[in-house]
Amino acid sequence: MKVVAAMSGGVDSAVAAARAHEAGHDVTGIHLALSRNPASYRSGARGCCTIEDANDARRAADVIGIPFYVWDLSDRFHEDVVEDFMDEYAAGRTPNPCLRCNERIKFAAVLDRALALGFDAVATGHYAQVRTGPDGTAELHRAVDGAKDQSYVLGVLTQEQLAHSIFPLGDTPKPQVREEATARGLLVADKPDSHDICFVADGDNAGWLREKLGERAPNHGGAIVDAATGEELGRHDGTFGFTIGQRKGLRLGRPAPDGKPRYVLDIEPVSGTVTVGARDELTVDRITADRPRWCGAAPQATLEGTVQLRAHGNEHRARVTVASTGVEIDLLDPAQGIAPGQAAVIYDDTRVVGSATIVATARVGAPA
Amino acid sequence: MDDAPQTVYLDHAATTPMLPAAVEVMTTHLGDVGNPSSLHASGRSARRIVEESRETIAQALNCRPGEVVFTSGGTESDNLALKGLFWSRHDADPSRVRILASAIEHHAVLDALHWLAEEEHAEVELVAVDSRGRLDLEQLRASIERDPASVALVSVMWANNEIGTLQPIEDVVAICATHGIPVHTDAVQAVGAVPVDFAASGVDALTLTGHKLGGPYGVGALVLRRELTLTPLLHGGGQERDIRSGTLDMPAIAAFATAVEHAVKCQPEYAERTTALRDTLIARVTEVVPDAHVHGDLDDRLPGNAHLGFPGCEGDSLLMLLDARGIECSTGSACSAGVPQPSHVLLAMGCDEEGARHSLRFTLGRTSSEADVDALVEAIGPAVERARGARS
Repeated sequence: MKVVAAMSGGVDSAVAAARAHEAGHDVTGIHLALSRNPASYRSGARGCCTIEDANDARRAADVIGIPFYVWDLSDRFHEDVVEDFMDEYAAGRTPNPCLRCNERIKFAAVLDRALALGFDAVATGHYAQVRTGPDGTAELHRAVDGAKDQSYVLGVLTQEQLAHSIFPLGDTPKPQVREEATARGLLVADKPDSHDICFVADGDNAGWLREKLGERAPNHGGAIVDAATGEELGRHDGTFGFTIGQRKGLRLGRPAPDGKPRYVLDIEPVSGTVTVGARDELTVDRITADRPRWCGAAPQATLEGTVQLRAHGNEHRARVTVASTGVEIDLLDPAQGIAPGQAAVIYDDTRVVGSATIVATARVGAPA
Repeated sequence: MDDAPQTVYLDHAATTPMLPAAVEVMTTHLGDVGNPSSLHASGRSARRIVEESRETIAQALNCRPGEVVFTSGGTESDNLALKGLFWSRHDADPSRVRILASAIEHHAVLDALHWLAEEEHAEVELVAVDSRGRLDLEQLRASIERDPASVALVSVMWANNEIGTLQPIEDVVAICATHGIPVHTDAVQAVGAVPVDFAASGVDALTLTGHKLGGPYGVGALVLRRELTLTPLLHGGGQERDIRSGTLDMPAIAAFATAVEHAVKCQPEYAERTTALRDTLIARVTEVVPDAHVHGDLDDRLPGNAHLGFPGCEGDSLLMLLDARGIECSTGSACSAGVPQPSHVLLAMGCDEEGARHSLRFTLGRTSSEADVDALVEAIGPAVERARGARS
C-alpha cells in the first residue's frame, strides 16, 4: 500500500513510520504544520508544532529512508480545532481538542488529501489497534499497553476513516517502542512524551484562554458560590479557568465549615457563576451525550458495556441507550468530576463502539 | 524499493552541478598546505593561486582584480554590500537614511534590509514591479527625486531567482548616477546566464556566488568599485583589503574562478541552447496542461527559467507527486518550517494568494537535456490531474 505516515517529531510516530516501511508499504513521511506561527524552539512543556519538531521528524524520515514533506494545515487546524476549543470554553464546557483534531484533521483533512494524491492509508503512532471484525468491517480496539492506550481519542473515527488507518504500535508496550527506536538509530528515542495541548505552548491553559478569548467570553469575572448555602465565597476572572471537579486554584479565603475541600460542581457561562461544593456532590450516574459517532454500524437500542469519560480515565460499567438525538448513559460504576464537552467513549470489551459529547450529567439519586 | 526512477533535475536555480574541471581544481588543492596570508613559500604559493583566481574572475566580469572581494557566498555578499554601504554612507552623512530596493529581491537582501530598518533606523522603501516582475522605473525615479540627498543606496537584482525576469539595471544606474547614489545588484542568477559586464553596467557593487554557476558551495564574491568605502561585517586578520577578514579558502576560490571563467566564456552558447530547451519545455507542458501559464517576462528572462502556474493545484502537492516520479523542481518560494509560503515575488506582481500557491519553478542548466523535458511532459498531466483532485 501507499501510506502517508504522520510524523510529529516524536518517538511513537517515528517508530510507527519505520514499522510501516518495514512491513513493505510504500511510505511517505508527512509532518503537519499546525501552528500559524511556529516557534523556533520548544518552550517548557512539549508541543508538537515547533520547527525543531519538524526537523526531528525529517531526521527520522532520513534514517528510515523515506521521502518527507511538510503539509501546511494551520488554517484548517485553527478553524476546526483552536476556534472550537475557544468556543467550547467560552460556553462553559471542557473540550478535548485531541479528539477534535483526529476527527477533523488527521483522519479527515490529511486522509482526504492523501487519498486524493493516490495514497491508500494514513499511519500514525497512536496506541490502538484496528482489527478486521467477523463481518469484514474494521474494528477499533484498545492497545495492548493499557497505560498508553489512546483508543479514547480515536473514538470519533468512522468506519470509512478506520478502513484507511494504520496504527503500527497497538500491539507493543511503550518501553519496547523506545528500545526499538534506539535500536533503529532514531535519535528521538529519548524525547519526552507529549501530554499537554499542543497549541498552548507553556501548558498554561487558563492563561492562554484569558489572552485569546477576548470578546468571545462574556464572563470575564463572576462569583464563586457555595452549592449548599448560595453564599458568594469569592470572585474569579473567567469561567474558562475552571472545569467540573477542579479543586486547585479556587483561591477561596475561608475553608468550608466541615473543613473539607471544595470542588467545582457547575459552571454557568452567561452569568459567570461557578458553583462549588463537597466531593460527594460530584458523583454522577447518569450522562446525556449528543453528536454520536459510531465506529461501525450504530448499536442496537441498548448496549451493556463500558464507557471511558476522559483521556486515560477509568472504565465504568454502563448501560447505553441510543436515542434519536444522542445517547443516555446509566453508569453502574458512578463517576466523579464529569465535565460537559468531554467525550464519552463507549466500549464493548476492548472494542470501541463509538463516542458522543457529554452535554449533561445527573447526580446519584437525582430524579430521572 | 530499488525501482527509484532516475533523477530528472529541474532545479538548477537552487544549485547546479559543479563543473568537472572545477571539481578537479578543488580536489587538487585540498591537500595543499599554506595559508595565503603566510609569508613563507607555502603561503606564497597559496596566495598566488588566490590572486590568479581573482584576476581570472576580474577578466571574466570586466572589473579590476582589486575589486573582487571573496566571501562565503551570495547571502554574505548581499549583507556586506547593504549593511557595509549603508553604514559607511550614513557615517559620512547622517542625512542618508533611505535604502531603495525592488519588492522582489531575494530574502538575503529583503531580510538584511528589514534588519537595517529595525535595528539601524534605515528607512527602507520597496519599489513596485509590474505584472511581469519588472521594476517600476518611474516609481524609483520619483522616490529618489523626492529627496535624493537622503538616499544611502539602491539595490536591484540583475535577474529574479523565482520568475527569471531581468531587471533594467542600466536604467537604474542612469537614474542613480544623476544623484551620485551607489547601486548594488544581486547578480547570483545572472552571471554565466546572461552577459554581465561590471564596468560597462556602471553598478557599484555586484553579488555573485559559486554554486549557481558550476563552482562549489560556500564561496562567492562581492565585486565592489574600488573608489567606494564600505564598513566591514567581519573583523579579524584584515584579509581582502580589510573589507572581509577570514582565512581565504584557496581550493574553493580556485574552483570558483574556474567555474566563472567557463560560465562566462560559454554564456552565449549556453543561453542559446538553454533558451531553446526552455521554450520547448513551456510549449510542451502547456500542450498537455492547456491552462498552465508562464509567470514573468517572456523575452527579458533568464534562459533556464520556466515558472508555470497550474490553476487548481497546490504547488506543494504537485511537487510531491513529481518528486515521486524522480522529477525535481521547486515551488520557488521561501519556506518556513518546510511550509511553502505564498511567494512575495508573485504577490508583488499582482497574483492573489491562490495564484501564488499554484505555481512551480522549473529551471534548466548546463547539464539539462531534451530527455529531462520528455520526462516532465510525460509526468505533468497525471500529476496535475491528481493534484487538482486533492483540493477540497
